[in-house]
Amino acid sequence: MASEKAKALLEWVDERFPASKFVEDQLLKYFAPKNFNFLYFFGSLAVLVLANQILTGIVLAMYYKPSAELAFDSVEYIMRDISWGWLLRYLHSTGASLFFIVIYIHMFRALFYGSFKKPRELLWLFGMVIFVMLMAEAFMGYLLPWGQMSYWGAQVIISLFGAIPVIGENLATWIRGDYVIADATLNRFFALHVVAIPLAILALVVLHLTALRTVGSNNPDGIEIKKNKDSLGIPVDGIPFHPYYTVKDLYIAGIFLTIFAFIVFYLPEMGGYFLEHPNFDPADPLKTPEHIQPVWYFTPFYAILRAIPDKLGGVIAMGASIVVLFFLPWLDRSPVKSIRYRGRIFKIALGLFVVSFIALGVLGTKPPTVTATLMALVFTGIYFGFFLVLPFLPSIETTKPVPDRLTEPVIPLAKREGEHWRLLEKAIEAITESSAYRKASAQVLAVVERLENLGRK
Amino acid sequence: MTSEVVDNDKRRFLTQAATVVGAVGAGFLAVPFVASMRPSAKAEALGAPVEIDVSKLEPGQRVVVMWRGKPVWVVRRTPETLATLATLDSILLDPLSEESIQPASTKNEARAIKPEIFVAVGICTHLGCSPVYRPELAPADLGSDWKGGFFCPCHGSKFDLAGRVYKGVPAPVNLEIPPYYFATETRIVVGQEGDKA
Repeated sequence: MASEKAKALLEWVDERFPASKFVEDQLLKYFAPKNFNFLYFFGSLAVLVLANQILTGIVLAMYYKPSAELAFDSVEYIMRDISWGWLLRYLHSTGASLFFIVIYIHMFRALFYGSFKKPRELLWLFGMVIFVMLMAEAFMGYLLPWGQMSYWGAQVIISLFGAIPVIGENLATWIRGDYVIADATLNRFFALHVVAIPLAILALVVLHLTALRTVGSNNPDGIEIKKNKDSLGIPVDGIPFHPYYTVKDLYIAGIFLTIFAFIVFYLPEMGGYFLEHPNFDPADPLKTPEHIQPVWYFTPFYAILRAIPDKLGGVIAMGASIVVLFFLPWLDRSPVKSIRYRGRIFKIALGLFVVSFIALGVLGTKPPTVTATLMALVFTGIYFGFFLVLPFLPSIETTKPVPDRLTEPVIPLAKREGEHWRLLEKAIEAITESSAYRKASAQVLAVVERLENLGRK
Repeated sequence: MTSEVVDNDKRRFLTQAATVVGAVGAGFLAVPFVASMRPSAKAEALGAPVEIDVSKLEPGQRVVVMWRGKPVWVVRRTPETLATLATLDSILLDPLSEESIQPASTKNEARAIKPEIFVAVGICTHLGCSPVYRPELAPADLGSDWKGGFFCPCHGSKFDLAGRVYKGVPAPVNLEIPPYYFATETRIVVGQEGDKA
C-alpha cells in the first residue's frame, strides 16, 4: 500500500519534473567501465571535499568579519569562543589542502590514462577552468585570516599583475582597490571567496559532469567501451554507476574521511604546511616575514616564478606553466590513450614530468639560495620540456597493440613486462621469506585469531 | 493582403540591430561594476604627507614609517657606507638611477637630498615584499662581497644602501624614492617635494 502510494507520488512528480529520468541518466543507466582502479576515486572525493568546504564555509562566514581591523581577531574568536569553531575552521583549512591533493591526483590520472584525449577535450577544459578557479578560491581564502603570510602572499601574487606592460600597475591597483593590500582588498576577496567563485565552481562542476555523462568515463585501458555494445545497446564492458560505483565510492569516502579526521584532530597545521607559522602573527604592512612562501599547493608554480631572474619573464613562465595544461589534448597526439600501451619513452617523459613537478613543489618551500634557484631552473626546463617533446613522441615511440575489451583494473605483477618489475618481484620475495616478516605475520595472525575468539564469546 | 509575405532580410536586420544596441547597453552597464572596484575616494585621500624627526637617528640606524599604507625607510648612513657606494657601480644594474622612480632632487649617486639621510619606499620593485635591512659587511648568507644593503627574503633581490638594485636578481629597477623635503634641519616631510611646500 505504502509503496503504491510512493509510486503514485513519483508518477505525479515525473509528469511535472524529470526526476526519474535524471536518476536513470545519471546513475542507473549510466554505464561506466568495469575496471576502474584506485586512481578513479578522486573525482567523487573532490565532490565530497567541495561539499565540506561549502558547509563549513557557511558557518565560518557567520562569525568571520572581513575587515582589516577585525579579521585576525574574528578568526581567533572562532577558534576559541565559538562552540566547535576550532573544528569547523580546521575542517575548512584541512579541506583546502586535501582538495588540492585530490585534484592533483585526479589530473595526474588524466595524464596517466590519456583521459583528456578525443572525445574528452571539453571535459578536460572544463576541469582545467575548475582548477584555475580553485586556485583563485584558495588564494583569496588565504588572505582572509589576515596573518602575516596572508598579507605578504597576497602582496606578491597581486604584484604579478603589475608586471604586465602598460596596464599592469593600474590593473594591480584595481584588483586591490587601494595602492597596497588594505581593507578594501580583504573585503572584496571575502565577497569573491564566498559568493562569486563558489558559484562559478558549482556551475563548472555541472558542466564537467554533463560532459562526462555525454562522452562516458575513460578507463585504465583507454578503450571506448561504447564501441562494444550488446543487443540492448548496453556496453558489454560497462556496469551501472549505481549501485556499483556509488557503493565503491562510499567505501573509499569512508577511508578518506578517516584520514581527513586524523589530520584535523592531530595535525591540523601539518607542521606549517597546511597553516603556515607566520600566519599566526597579525598582518604587518611594514615587515615582510623572513621566509615567505605560498601554501604548499602553489609552491611548484611559485618555484617556476622564482627560477627566472627577470620580473616579466618569471610571471610569463608561471602563467605558461598553467596555460600549457589547457592545450594538452592537442599537444599529446598519440592515438593510444593509456600508458599501459604506450612506449617506454612516454613513460620516462611522464615520470620526469611528475618528478620535476614534485621537486619544484619542494624547492618552492625553500629560501631562494643560489643552488635552489639553479635546481628550480633545471626542473622548470624539464617541466616545459615535457610539453615540448609530447607532440613528437608518436613519430618515435613504439606503442603496444590496444586490446578490444577491458583488462584488469591493476595489471598483476607477474604479467608486467620490464626488468624493474622482475626486480620488484624479487624484492617482495626476499621480504616475505625473511624471518622478521614471518615472525611479524605470525604475530598479526595471532592477534586476529584472538580477536575472532573474543567475538565468539 | 501583403502580410503573407515575410521579409526575412528585414527581420534579420531588426534582430541584429536590437542585439547590437543591447550589447552597447550592457557595455555601459558594466562601467559602474568595474569602476566601483577602483580605490575609493577615501583611499585616494589617505596620501597625506607624514613628518619624521631624524635628530635621534643614530648612524647606521633605520626607522620605518607608514606613508600611503607603504613602509618608508629613513636610514642615517655612515661616512664609510657613503664611500662604498661609488665602488659598487660595476655590479649594479642601474647605478645612475636612469630607470627608477625618484624626485629630481635625489637623482644622484647617494639617491638622497642630504647624502647621509636615505629615504626610500621599502617595497621591493619585484613583487612588493619589504626587503630586510642588512647593514653588516659580508654576512655568511649574503657572501663576502656584501657591503651592506637591503635583501628581499621573498625572491632574493639585493639592493645597496642607496636602494640600487644588483645585477642578476629578479627586481628590475632600483627602489622608489618618495617625494620628500627637509622642513627643518632635522625634520623630514615625506609625500611632498620641497618646491611645492
